[in-house]
Amino acid sequence: MSTESVTLTIDGSRMEVEIGTSLLEAARMAGIEIPTLCHMEGLSSYGACRLCAVEIGPPDKAKVVSSCTYPCEEGLQVRTHTPRIVNARKLLLELMVSSTPSSKTIQDLAAAHGVTQQRFRPENEDCILCGLCVRMCKEQMMAGAIDFAGRGPDRRITTPFEEDSEQCRHCGGCMYVCPVCMLRCAGPAADSTLCGGCLIACQMPVNTAKIA
Amino acid sequence: MLIGRSDPERPCITICTGTGCVAGGAGDVVEAFRKVLADHGLSRRVEIRLTGCHGFCEMGPLVTLQPSETFYPKVRPKDAKRIIEQTVLNKEPIEELLYRDPSTHEPIEHEGDIPFYSHQHRIVLAENGRIDPTNLNDFLDIGGYLALQNVLATMSPADVIDDVSRSGLRGRGGAGFPAGPKWKIASEQPAACKYVVCNGDEGDPGAYMDRSVLEGNPHRVLEGMCIGAYAIGAQQGFIYVRHEYPLAVGRISRAVQDARRAGMLGERILGTDFSFDLKVVRGAGAFVCGEETALIASIEGRKGEPRQRPPYPAVSGYMGSPTVINNVETWANIPHIINNGPDWYASIGSEHSKGTKIFSLVGKVNCTGLVEVPMGTSIRSIVYDIGGGIPDQKALKAVQTGGPAGGCLPADQIDLPIDFEALREAGTIMGSGGLIVMDESTCMVDVARYFTGFLEEESCGKCYPCRKGTQRMRELLEDICEGRGTMEHLSLLDELGATVNTTSMCGLGQNAATPVLSTIRYFRDEYIAHIRDHCCPAGVCTELIRFEIMADLCDGCGACAKVCPAEAIFGEKNELHTIDPNLCIKCGTCKDVCTKDAVLVLSGGGHEH
Repeated sequence: MSTESVTLTIDGSRMEVEIGTSLLEAARMAGIEIPTLCHMEGLSSYGACRLCAVEIGPPDKAKVVSSCTYPCEEGLQVRTHTPRIVNARKLLLELMVSSTPSSKTIQDLAAAHGVTQQRFRPENEDCILCGLCVRMCKEQMMAGAIDFAGRGPDRRITTPFEEDSEQCRHCGGCMYVCPVCMLRCAGPAADSTLCGGCLIACQMPVNTAKIA
Repeated sequence: MLIGRSDPERPCITICTGTGCVAGGAGDVVEAFRKVLADHGLSRRVEIRLTGCHGFCEMGPLVTLQPSETFYPKVRPKDAKRIIEQTVLNKEPIEELLYRDPSTHEPIEHEGDIPFYSHQHRIVLAENGRIDPTNLNDFLDIGGYLALQNVLATMSPADVIDDVSRSGLRGRGGAGFPAGPKWKIASEQPAACKYVVCNGDEGDPGAYMDRSVLEGNPHRVLEGMCIGAYAIGAQQGFIYVRHEYPLAVGRISRAVQDARRAGMLGERILGTDFSFDLKVVRGAGAFVCGEETALIASIEGRKGEPRQRPPYPAVSGYMGSPTVINNVETWANIPHIINNGPDWYASIGSEHSKGTKIFSLVGKVNCTGLVEVPMGTSIRSIVYDIGGGIPDQKALKAVQTGGPAGGCLPADQIDLPIDFEALREAGTIMGSGGLIVMDESTCMVDVARYFTGFLEEESCGKCYPCRKGTQRMRELLEDICEGRGTMEHLSLLDELGATVNTTSMCGLGQNAATPVLSTIRYFRDEYIAHIRDHCCPAGVCTELIRFEIMADLCDGCGACAKVCPAEAIFGEKNELHTIDPNLCIKCGTCKDVCTKDAVLVLSGGGHEH
């Protein structure tokens, strides 16, 4: 093993990766599918959606961490699909689908993870506060026109003092990365016609649709 | 050698001027004593010392006379004259002003004989009642800064870390990470710039341990931080205090200035090569800033929200430099460990949790206040021996430990020793030391709903399970409290709670479901009574209760009808009164004013209170 790499075990397979690689990147390199919503290549990791949660450490002392932010460590044991993790992801997706039902991305993820019921009071929010737009604006567009404000139920993404921003160049980068804005489920069309919206969306691979 | 200047034989009236006693009128009491002393021409002979919090806040304002240690609770300005004339001049205690034992009603003269104090083992709080926190000389009198002097003169940084490690001291902020190993990690980092931080962002409702230490003995915290800075090689430190603690901010800022002037802070401390300085930073009112990564973000001037660790702050903290963050109480313990040795400290407490812990004992208990006991002390001892039991002959129902994100333990668990491991196993947490006692009139579903609502408001909102999960749990609990609950609500709460606790990013989210999960674990029957029988056994949830006047007890005095804000009570003078359930807003005022106890709270099929 060279000093620039570490060896770890993900779902039973040993692999050697460069130092600084995140668990998510390592798992994806190994072909292991881990769902994400707030992660995008080229933007810093944020760890907000928690869908990429994995278990690390020996099974009797397992810790749950977000794989997008956790760096690979020498000798680390990682399990990406234990029952605890699978159930937690499923419930997180159920929470998301019941609060942000019009996002096609979230609907598809939920369907792919076997969410078949929605037990919470329905809401219709437009934002899951994943922060992709904030990081896109700051890190790729170098504008920093938007950021989070408020906390808890008041948390929102906005411009400073909620006023028109002079930093915003109307590039649309924020909307491009948004998992809710761009792929909206229009709902069924009139009874007599087929809208076909789902068909088009389903041809894109689930989850990687926005990351291409 | 550092020495103070006061004379121990000189009569001294110590008056507690902690936040609790000040709110109780200590300011007027101080003025009254000053005036009486001046009238008697005693201002020079008798000293008035304004001390920090003694911890027995319920009994404030507190006055203790030295050297006799005569203790007077709930002192009023008009008592000053008698106390000075009888006790100070004639050395006779005034029996009717003395504290009375809540069970035996016997008067007790000396502070140390009062059960509330005598069952405690005070290390950190011991000095609070003895010194004027704004007077550095008082602190020097009790051996202040001796530990720092010894460390700088005789110990290497590695020796200090070794002592702290051997003492077994664990962080008092909640997680219980051992202090020594944390310092060691920071000391081993090659960075040139390192920092120490004191976490005084105490946000738990009803908890005020850190406030009392900062207000009552700020130099002890500074001394601990100086020693920590020397051990890890830091030149700069921060004290992060809640802006809502104006007195604590003032006292610690004053202490920093005084210490700097006396050469205990700044360049070349006490004439050695060690330089270290401190800055007081005020928190802007977010509960989550008690989490270390959020606290660092806040000091750096960013939005106070946590980030995923690693890297831990001891490796990469303030401005990316190694930073040791410890709680106020942890820092205040350090000088005592240096002075008395690590073995002394390790001899106190339980197997894996060493030393003492300060608890803020509040709720339905006779003596509320700050309680410092060795780790491993049972909850029973704290509630009954120190707290004096439950008022009004009611039964103990539950004890919540660890603040809003802590769990509720039922009455049959009160022999549980309080240490990090035992509490964790029982489904709750040590937290920073909140201890809320609940009696039979408390509804556990309502308690879970309240704390979940608090956590929802205080969640930073960054990670989804904490933000959405607390909202959804609160909604489900509201459904149950308001009679719309089903058994599916209960299983969904269990499932959601587990997910919130496992997947959240920081300590707040990882315990956000603990109030819900612990109450479901220990008080499942109460949840089921709400769901299945639409009955709130404690008579708290307004949607599930109704008020009725008992015909055989009501004498028709009309007091209830007079106070009813909804004008829902009808009846002729001297005849039975009745409550119109359609108008009643269930405020309970009628029950409070009824001298015949004729107003009953009924729930479900007729559960009465």
